[in-house]
Amino acid sequence: MQKEAAIREPLILGHKTYHDITEDVCRPIEDKAPKMWYILFGIALVIGLYGVGAICYLLGTGVGVWGLNKTIGWAWDITNFVWWVGIGHAGTLISAVLLLFRQKWRMAINRSAEAMTIFAVFMAGTFPLIHMGRLWVGYWTLPLPNQFGSLWVNFNSPLLWDVFAISTYLSVSLVFWYIGLIPDFATIRDRAKKPIAKRMYSILSFGWSGRAKHWNRFELVSLVLAGLATPLVFSVHSIVSFDFATSVIPGWHTTIFPPYFVAGAVFSGFAMVQTLLLIMRKAMNLEAYIHTKHVEYMNIVIMVTGSIVGTAYITELFISWYSGVEYEAYAFLNRATGPYWWAYWSMMTCNVISPQLMWIRKLRRSLLFTFFISIVVNIGMWFERYVIIVTSLHRDYLPAAWSMHFPSHIDIAVYIGTIGLFFVFFLLFARFFPVLALNEVKTILKGSGQSYKESPDYHEHH
Amino acid sequence: MSDKVIYVMYDDDGALKDGAKKLVSKGVKINEVFSPFPIHGIDPIIGVKNTRLGIMAFVYGLTGTTLATIGMRYFMVVDWPMNIGGKPNFSYLENMLAFIPITFEFTVLCAAHGMAITYLLRNKTLPGIPAQNPDPRTTDDKFVMEIRMSENHSVSEEELDGLLKDTGYIELDKKEVK
Repeated sequence: MQKEAAIREPLILGHKTYHDITEDVCRPIEDKAPKMWYILFGIALVIGLYGVGAICYLLGTGVGVWGLNKTIGWAWDITNFVWWVGIGHAGTLISAVLLLFRQKWRMAINRSAEAMTIFAVFMAGTFPLIHMGRLWVGYWTLPLPNQFGSLWVNFNSPLLWDVFAISTYLSVSLVFWYIGLIPDFATIRDRAKKPIAKRMYSILSFGWSGRAKHWNRFELVSLVLAGLATPLVFSVHSIVSFDFATSVIPGWHTTIFPPYFVAGAVFSGFAMVQTLLLIMRKAMNLEAYIHTKHVEYMNIVIMVTGSIVGTAYITELFISWYSGVEYEAYAFLNRATGPYWWAYWSMMTCNVISPQLMWIRKLRRSLLFTFFISIVVNIGMWFERYVIIVTSLHRDYLPAAWSMHFPSHIDIAVYIGTIGLFFVFFLLFARFFPVLALNEVKTILKGSGQSYKESPDYHEHH
Repeated sequence: MSDKVIYVMYDDDGALKDGAKKLVSKGVKINEVFSPFPIHGIDPIIGVKNTRLGIMAFVYGLTGTTLATIGMRYFMVVDWPMNIGGKPNFSYLENMLAFIPITFEFTVLCAAHGMAITYLLRNKTLPGIPAQNPDPRTTDDKFVMEIRMSENHSVSEEELDGLLKDTGYIELDKKEVK
């Protein structure tokens, strides 16, 4: 049992036993779903299906149904792609980076954050695939032997790096998530009364037994996967930023992009985790495990990464002038004062000012305020990608080619649809999967549980 | 050969660990421990060796690096050297910088999946395999020690019963197995 300082706030509130943890996490899965779940699921499903319909229409008609034109060849689709990939950075950061740093508070949130990550990366992957127009030739992005004189994909291209980065990230995150889920599925399996549920969870738990040797392997595999996933998290968004940074478009051609994108990704990912967890802890009665302290820790991460993003914005602005390149300088002047000024200033307000409010302890410990800011940050981070992509493209070198981007209703439907599908997946996860890494949480009960920390013999021996 | 297996159940990880320490010091061999979560420090007591999966992950990772290098050299330098702005790919070394991201991704891909698959196979945990824990409560809040009489010739069953009593177990179950 690990000891920690008495002044550290306990991570598990109340007088919980090991059995209570099992009960608290498994009960929502075993009980009937509340009416609210069906209502939310229904809404998400309808929105999701609307998006699927829009995608079908898009594939049947062609990418021309989007609001793209000859000057702006990338707009909402890539904005949404980067937005979703960014959101998909929190889960693996929480479970991998925080595992390496031995942050125990991650245990209450890593499972649902990882689930969110995986679903967000699914949504992200949709956009480049449908942007191909011919979804069914998506496998052409892989280096497969073919009849075109063995024409290979271009390994010099950041777009191909992205294919490898996203698919590696998705599959490794999925494996990391599932390996952690196996023992928890075993817990549900051993409690299940209904035969169908028992059978399902029995298959999902792979016959897990909880032997000492298996736990020994489990801990090492988690640690090594965390070690592998940590540079992976940083590489993925760096590579996403290379899609822009290696081009010669003023506003994109900057070396600051990789760290700036990674910080932005973590920033938006944590905001999405806050949005989801603040609702989930309430709806599923998990307030004892995910409480103000967890929210505060996440808000500090939002504050730090938000400050990095803010610094990057201002550095970028300064360098565009200091570089002496008039096209570069104009790209930034145009962002702030051109026809898309409202997008630029929304981005600045949401991403630079709002995280600074987290310096105030009272605000970062307020759940309502956190919820509000988490939404603001996600809006801001969407605008950031829109500003980077659209405002850099819409005023070309040739003023004759200058143009504006207006999203078509299909653009909007596909975007809204992915939000719907994301919630369909997340609600299914919350209904059938253990939303808390319950067996991992048990390991910190004696070290960080309130009743243990308050007991008189906590600091006597050891 | 028939064998007698004793399952000793505890309701606390600390109690099981202390009990195991006592038993081992008396020369009892503990065959297995089943627990809902990893009990830190139990492995050296009952003689579980550290896993070598980490070494395997490294080997899988190296395999990935090698495959990525060979593959990209073949695609980009040997089979179809791409001429970009009058600068064709003549040698791997000159073009390697562009290949680093994918080499890295592929290394991670192979290491992670290779290790995960090996982990599942070595544990014999795969979809469809029935549960192997002796009691369903061991995935909730109970901790079980498994002692096999065939591996404990130095102590008699009566002696063992006496030793076990001192460890403060909550349930004891004896089973004849073939």
